[in-house]
Amino acid sequence: MDLSGIIGYLTGFAIMAVIYAIFCLGLNVHWGYTGLFNIGIAGFFALGAYTSALLTTASPDPLMFEDYVFGGDLPARLGFWNLGIDLWFFIALMAAALVCGVVALFIGFLTLRLREDYLAIATLGIAESIRIIFLNERWLANGSKGLYRIPKFLGDLVSPQHYDYLYLAAVVTILFILYIAVDRAIKSPWGRVLKAIREDELTTQASGKNVFNFKLQSFIFGAGIMGIGGALYAHNVRFVDPITFDPLLATFIIWAMLMVGGSGNNKGAILGAFVVWGIWTGTQFLPGFLSDPNLRYVMTGLLILAVILLRPGGVLSEERVVSRLSETRPGDASTET
Amino acid sequence: MTTTSPRTQRLIPKWNASYSVVAGFLILLILGFFSIIKLELMVNGLFLGAIIALGAISLSLIYGILNFAHLAQGDFMTLGAYIALFLLGTLLPRLGLEGAGLGPFTFGYPVFIALPLAILAMAAIAIGLDVTIYRRLRRRGVSKVLLAMTSLGLAIALRGAVQVIWGGDTYQYPRLSKEFYQLSMGIRIPPDNLFIGAMTIVLVVVLYLFLTRTRIGKAMRATSDNMDLARVSGINTENIIKWTWALSAGLAATAGVFLAIFQAQLLPIMGWRLLILLFASVILGGIGNLYGALVGALIIGVAAEVSTQWLNPAYKIVIAFVIMIAALLIRPKGIFGVKD
Repeated sequence: MDLSGIIGYLTGFAIMAVIYAIFCLGLNVHWGYTGLFNIGIAGFFALGAYTSALLTTASPDPLMFEDYVFGGDLPARLGFWNLGIDLWFFIALMAAALVCGVVALFIGFLTLRLREDYLAIATLGIAESIRIIFLNERWLANGSKGLYRIPKFLGDLVSPQHYDYLYLAAVVTILFILYIAVDRAIKSPWGRVLKAIREDELTTQASGKNVFNFKLQSFIFGAGIMGIGGALYAHNVRFVDPITFDPLLATFIIWAMLMVGGSGNNKGAILGAFVVWGIWTGTQFLPGFLSDPNLRYVMTGLLILAVILLRPGGVLSEERVVSRLSETRPGDASTET
Repeated sequence: MTTTSPRTQRLIPKWNASYSVVAGFLILLILGFFSIIKLELMVNGLFLGAIIALGAISLSLIYGILNFAHLAQGDFMTLGAYIALFLLGTLLPRLGLEGAGLGPFTFGYPVFIALPLAILAMAAIAIGLDVTIYRRLRRRGVSKVLLAMTSLGLAIALRGAVQVIWGGDTYQYPRLSKEFYQLSMGIRIPPDNLFIGAMTIVLVVVLYLFLTRTRIGKAMRATSDNMDLARVSGINTENIIKWTWALSAGLAATAGVFLAIFQAQLLPIMGWRLLILLFASVILGGIGNLYGALVGALIIGVAAEVSTQWLNPAYKIVIAFVIMIAALLIRPKGIFGVKD
């Protein structure tokens, strides 16, 4: 492979890693900071991707045997607003975040008052339900054939062979904005309440905080970030179908990333996304049976187990932010209370 | 420990009036729907419910005693079914034990050898996993959410192992197609389902007797009620936890084998797909309550099967999920929920 090929490959790799890093940030808000056990990331992934795809994809073409009814075709409709930036792209991102937030509100409202593992089961159920609905309701999003005419962001600005660099810059910018947003939110009094809930719910309640409200806000915030991640994925791969949102690729790998990188640490979440995605894509270059894609399942599971058993804080443990005199080791605090 | 105090309500609660009310309501509901619903779907839903019940009871045992959501339970089922596949398809035929189409059933007599062996193997695997993973975490005193997280990692690893060893293709146990039984009112029942139903009844009765009549069973219920109290009254709770894993994994393996017979195919994802139905049953019935798991599973099984009269069969999981959400809305403790 020549140099430009390698650079091209690395750019594609980096785009996916950055998109996964965005999901890790969202999951970090849920698990790392609030202790919410969301195992239905695939559901928010799918909702974000499909929302953005449906808003921007052109209306169905009967000649292509496309069955879906909707198709927002925002780029064409908002064309007159196109003042140098592709405004519709951001509208689609916002819509993806909004839809995920509404679903999170629904699920969170039902389960966040109950035992903490109910949330896990409910998110698992909603993720599977969303996948099945998109698979079987062909009028909604073309069923198993998927949507495959998702437009590029700023597609006309640069030549196709350089397009990946532009998109990489775009996703890195969005990751940076979200990183700042999460960081600021967590360091604010609001974020300190979330951490308090994670550490000891009862004490937080006794201090006069409405635990349910804070948990619900955190759940919606994280889900919105995941929606943006899903939308960015849709515009990168430019094809979404229900198989994309298999729990393995859309939920478990993100969990492995966050656990490896360090839950409770935003830098760790981003690092974990690059490390695990590197291992994941790297195994295909291994010789012999080691390149068996099924081994990736085993690897993802074992990674999660190994981190929990051997290094509960992940590579980068949570940073101490309040007091250096505190006795608790930060790694333990993030996962073991 | 000869008498059950009123507080000892976990796992096997006392039968009381509210149960009869619910049971009566269900019978009324079933009778009421006779005119609209195909009876065949309802009957076969009960058999699906029987399989779900075995899985849900195994899940509820872990919930009741170890108090966390064991997300690897579906993959325990898968692994159990595949161990039986190894025995039925590879090992037993080499020993000269093969056959299919015993009597009215599609499977042969080797199933009666393979099933107990698969149960023992899964029990051993579960105890091994507890010793290597869960016990270490328990001693560290981690939260139940982190235990559930661990079981998620385990679930992925187990399913991956099944896919690495057997590949992603579908398999079948050695089988011969057989005629369905034709009953009146257009009900057709595969003979295998009758076997599954009968075996489930036997297993549930045996489990009931085990939990109420044996020392270990009683100690298990005491541990489920309050682990610290059980420990100070001289029960070796670590030992009880091993029994729980063995029992739970054995039931899961049975459910897996039955599911493979019921669907006439094995898939690496079959257990994971059933997991939502198992949790829906457990939540509907009330967490950690075995009667609840049984009744919840029958309701979920019938509802899922009956829904196929109007809906695409793929929506069975969605139906179970909607019932679960409704249960969380109306009665979060479940139909038979006692506390917590």
